Amino acid sequence: MSNTFAINVEHVTRIEGHGNIVLDVKKGKIEKLQWQISEAPRFFEAMLQGRNYDELRSITSRICGICSIGHSLASLKATEDALGIKITEQTQKLRRLAINAENMQSHILHVGYLAAPDLFGVGSVFPLVGTKNTDALLKIVKLHRLSNEMSDLVCGRTVHPIRLVVGGFSAIPTERQLRNLRDRLEEEIKTTKEVADVVKSVAGNLPDFTRETEYIGLTSDKEYALYDGIIASTDTGKHLDYRDYKSIIEEYIVPQSTAKYAKHARESYMVGALARFNLNSKQLHPIAKEVANMFGLKPINYNPFMNTVAQLVEFVHNIEDSIILIDQLLDDGVDDEKPVKAEVKAGRGVGIIEAPRGILVHDYTLNDDGICEKANCIIPTNQNHANIQKDMEEFVPQIIDKPEKEIELNLEMLVRAYDPCISCSTHYLDVKFA
Amino acid sequence: MKLRVAFFDFASCEGCQLQIANLEEEILDLIEIVEVVSFREIMKEHSDEYDIAIIEGSIMRPMDEKRLRDIRSRAKTLIALGACATTGGINKMRNQRSVEDVKEEVYGSDKITKDNEFFNVFQTKAVDEVVPVDYYIHGCPISRDEFKRVITALALGKKPVIPTYPVCVECKKNENVCLFELGKFCLGPITRAGCNAICPTNGSVCEGCRGILKKPQVECVMDILERYNLTYEEMKRRSTMFNMSAFSAKDEMTMVGGSKDE
Repeated sequence: MSNTFAINVEHVTRIEGHGNIVLDVKKGKIEKLQWQISEAPRFFEAMLQGRNYDELRSITSRICGICSIGHSLASLKATEDALGIKITEQTQKLRRLAINAENMQSHILHVGYLAAPDLFGVGSVFPLVGTKNTDALLKIVKLHRLSNEMSDLVCGRTVHPIRLVVGGFSAIPTERQLRNLRDRLEEEIKTTKEVADVVKSVAGNLPDFTRETEYIGLTSDKEYALYDGIIASTDTGKHLDYRDYKSIIEEYIVPQSTAKYAKHARESYMVGALARFNLNSKQLHPIAKEVANMFGLKPINYNPFMNTVAQLVEFVHNIEDSIILIDQLLDDGVDDEKPVKAEVKAGRGVGIIEAPRGILVHDYTLNDDGICEKANCIIPTNQNHANIQKDMEEFVPQIIDKPEKEIELNLEMLVRAYDPCISCSTHYLDVKFA
Repeated sequence: MKLRVAFFDFASCEGCQLQIANLEEEILDLIEIVEVVSFREIMKEHSDEYDIAIIEGSIMRPMDEKRLRDIRSRAKTLIALGACATTGGINKMRNQRSVEDVKEEVYGSDKITKDNEFFNVFQTKAVDEVVPVDYYIHGCPISRDEFKRVITALALGKKPVIPTYPVCVECKKNENVCLFELGKFCLGPITRAGCNAICPTNGSVCEGCRGILKKPQVECVMDILERYNLTYEEMKRRSTMFNMSAFSAKDEMTMVGGSKDE
């Protein structure tokens, strides 16, 4: 079929930030196909220079509303690395609870509110109200509330956390609060399984598309890595020196995007839940493994649309992991400890964590007075933009004979599968080009 | 007829829209009293027919200015949502340097950014530096409760009330130990309340995200600085995180002013 048409989706909906899809087809031939990032750049680098070490967390949290806890933790790890601060066991555990809470919040938002409407054939969750799917929607809302209240409890607030400070926490949840949270987490495993059943019932609407690519994420001998670990790739294995992250993540710019692109062993790679699953699935907790099996998800899975399923698997893992963490905290007894005091000195620090959308790096250089002189951030979504573009280039020829509206929806679904966070990716910290 | 409400986002982290999504079940109550016709972050449906436009984010480029003017021309009421929109928020921190300097710093001399409207930025502007704003919902992020109060008031045809007193009032009500007593530097005394002093209540200093009061209690503030041996200079420096344009070039407390609602 030699068709001619143009698709121009300005500001793709149900994603964080502004991105466009442009496709021009003339007589069955693709003339132009672009994943464009039109978000206004925000120049965080210029903001951080000259600020005090204890302000960097507050400022970089504002790179992203959805993953503000992730940015806060990467920022604190970088600052503490620069100042040589050793945090306590309790702080480690509470931060792991915080990262679980954010992963849960972000994943259920994406699975339930952003991705699921496509599977149900609606434009948003609102039309589901009053249909046979109302019950499923209310369960998703319930899990979203649980995740946010967990963030509120541990961090003081879910969007732009308050209690996460250099050296520890500015306020600490009580044992009674943690016990209540534990009970709720235990209870909602059932709800999560029910939501998984609903997603499974419509999972047939996920396009069957695979493209071999590289997956990059943190890995650890001890656990399914989120808060700590070393960088690993499905192509090249483990990379031991965390400060040398630039040897793995090569960033560059392209004209159709105010966000940077990235590559490593191939012309693109993917980060996020599917990458973590592909690298570390053996370390998932038991019920999370069950859910993965339910969907037939096995490493290495090369279907980007399965990222949404991997997020659901991680959601269950985060609940199971949090219950274990709370038990340990309660066994040890929760102390109302104050943050470890910082001794101000010059130095460079690097903090790497897994944010919901993938590997996140903060890298600061402080002077003798603890003032930030140089900063660099590597954002998960930036690392996915090139992979989205390459997926589109391989996906479009496979669906080019479908009706225009269906092609458009399929491309939007592809973008949504990555759960891009574009505000993040146009933060622009230190983009110096050699 | 329900009021038709549309959300739009400019340069921001979209955390304020997320706060609305975070209303959980209550978002279903919200759509009982108003009709949400556009909300790109969570809806594909969109309409250009609306009564209230809610704007998140700062204005950075001519293309954004054009889009904002177009929205204003369609809306009867326009609300600035969150610090990026109300004061320019942290996006204004870069305004202490020239656009050329910042661009050079960030993009280097790469040719890709030349004559490319995506990259064509000017100094960060708050929403009311481009179009008239009817109501302000302050904060970084906004408070979910305050958002509900404002929308409910508008749905009832009333004027929403935003506090004109400092964060200290709410902090005292929460029976917190004053953070100055604990050796910290808090911006509570000069910052607009309405957040229920959420940061001091969680043991962290107020960073001024809800904007500097137009008429702070200058004598009290100076008293505090003197009592704890702190400088006005440091207070001003800290305020630049969210309130880059609140302090005038003249170095006097009486010149402090960022408020737009009194």
